Amino acid sequence: MNSLKITAGLAIAAALLPLATSNPTHLNLAILVLMAAQLGVAWNLLGGYAGQVSLGHAAFYGIGAYASTMLLLNFGINPWLGMLLGGVIAAALSFLFGWSCFRLKGHYFAMATIAVAELVQIVFTNWDYAGSAVGLTIPMSHQGWGAMVFAQKAPYYWLALGLLVLTLAATLAVERSHVGYYLRAIKDEPDAARSIGIDIARYKQIALSLSAFFTALGGSLYAQKELYIDPASVLGTGLSIKMALVSILGGVGTMFGPVVGAVVLTVIEELTRVAFGGSGRGTDTIIYAGLIIVIAVFYPNGLLGWVRERRARGRAERASLAQEAAR
Amino acid sequence: MSLLELHGVTKRFGGLLANQEVSFTVEAGQIVGLIGPNGAGKTTAFNCVAGYYTPSAGRIDLDGKTISGLSPEACARAGVGRTFQVARTFTSMTAVENVMAAALLHERRVAAARITALKWLAFVGLERFAEKPAGSMTISEQRRLAVARALATGPKLLLMDEVMAGLNPSEVREMVAVVKAIRDQGIACLIVEHVLEGIMPIADKIVVLDRGLKIADGTPAEVSRDPAVIAAYLGDV
Repeated sequence: MNSLKITAGLAIAAALLPLATSNPTHLNLAILVLMAAQLGVAWNLLGGYAGQVSLGHAAFYGIGAYASTMLLLNFGINPWLGMLLGGVIAAALSFLFGWSCFRLKGHYFAMATIAVAELVQIVFTNWDYAGSAVGLTIPMSHQGWGAMVFAQKAPYYWLALGLLVLTLAATLAVERSHVGYYLRAIKDEPDAARSIGIDIARYKQIALSLSAFFTALGGSLYAQKELYIDPASVLGTGLSIKMALVSILGGVGTMFGPVVGAVVLTVIEELTRVAFGGSGRGTDTIIYAGLIIVIAVFYPNGLLGWVRERRARGRAERASLAQEAAR
Repeated sequence: MSLLELHGVTKRFGGLLANQEVSFTVEAGQIVGLIGPNGAGKTTAFNCVAGYYTPSAGRIDLDGKTISGLSPEACARAGVGRTFQVARTFTSMTAVENVMAAALLHERRVAAARITALKWLAFVGLERFAEKPAGSMTISEQRRLAVARALATGPKLLLMDEVMAGLNPSEVREMVAVVKAIRDQGIACLIVEHVLEGIMPIADKIVVLDRGLKIADGTPAEVSRDPAVIAAYLGDV
């Protein structure tokens, strides 16, 4: 209950943030954090709960971004509907993704996902109808909540927050249902999972489809926020890696791990860019990478995992002290 | 009709015949021990019944329905529960969550699955450890947890792969009590076992394999007098 209150308090504070700051740089940083967190939470459904590490999730992000943008530009379909359709298309295509990649396990699965994402990027780079390498631009002629285009930052902030809350709610629903138990069973011991009647191919695909759906929603939001997409910005390998990193840093298979990871990662990314970006080219990336190595070495269970371990150790120590005192 | 019937089950791995024309039956509510020296093909026969291997020839029926060739998850649904040589518990979950994952096969509501799971945990004497992470339990506790997990799928037949191996005498006694209690629930047990002093006193029937062939099958007393069995275990004297 206590953690629920804390969560509710944080959510309200987060919702009110745009009213407290008028600095667009701060607000933009907050939007980046929320968007990274949402992607991490979506990735975590497959990578964290089901233990299937995908390094190709940019494919779904790009499909979401391109689907809503192309539907808008070519057929005048409202971006809200386009976003939903993009999610559905990504979830449908994820069956092809799963069919090809789930034949492989562990590292080989991860490698296959990279290949599939590269393939998608090549297709969009050479597809004239999708703007090929030049990309697509969303006009600013229609603005407001109906068109999901705004001149200010605050509405995007609320959109990103809403999408994050939606993705977290879906994660919670999965975690509390039989699907959550099945995914963890598959992650821990696939053979034993089969022995208790779990169709592991089916449940991995369920996790992948859900993950693809929410990742695509994030892609559509990006397109509406930037009003410009090209293969490099929505289909790049770096994006796939970032989605995985956010979860792994924060703690895989936990609901709020990716949120913590997104805060840390995005802030580090922006700070190093501001501090070193102008002077030496690439210095920011070196420091960024160095910090990731430090976290990976010292906190292998992610930051949230580390906090939990400390708490558990503290409890155990207190218990043994109490026992000694009683003696 | 017996609960489980193996009809001439043969399993070939390349040039190796792991099981050759193996036939035996398990009746409802029976404890059957499957014994034999190392490499006799016990685990292979076991994996054929549980759906992990498809027999190269022959047929396996459970309750009159052919299950050979089905996937492990389909076998589980048909009523075959199993444990593994290493317990293979879900180590990131607590004990009760391990058993819940299995109970969810027939009861999709998590709250109801939890009640079933607690019942089976108590059945194997682990109710005190319900909230303990499975990864921090002893080998003996994890073995019993794996048994509770298999039972929670509601099997007609439980396959146990060396559940007594590596346990100390008091732990073996605990496990023997659990096996007897399972039979009292009307669930048949097919047990692959090396610890003969654990299985011989409680088995209704013993099936002996050697080099992929069934060499004997009968009550424990009959089997232990059988010259072929003695030869297989002690070498030709």
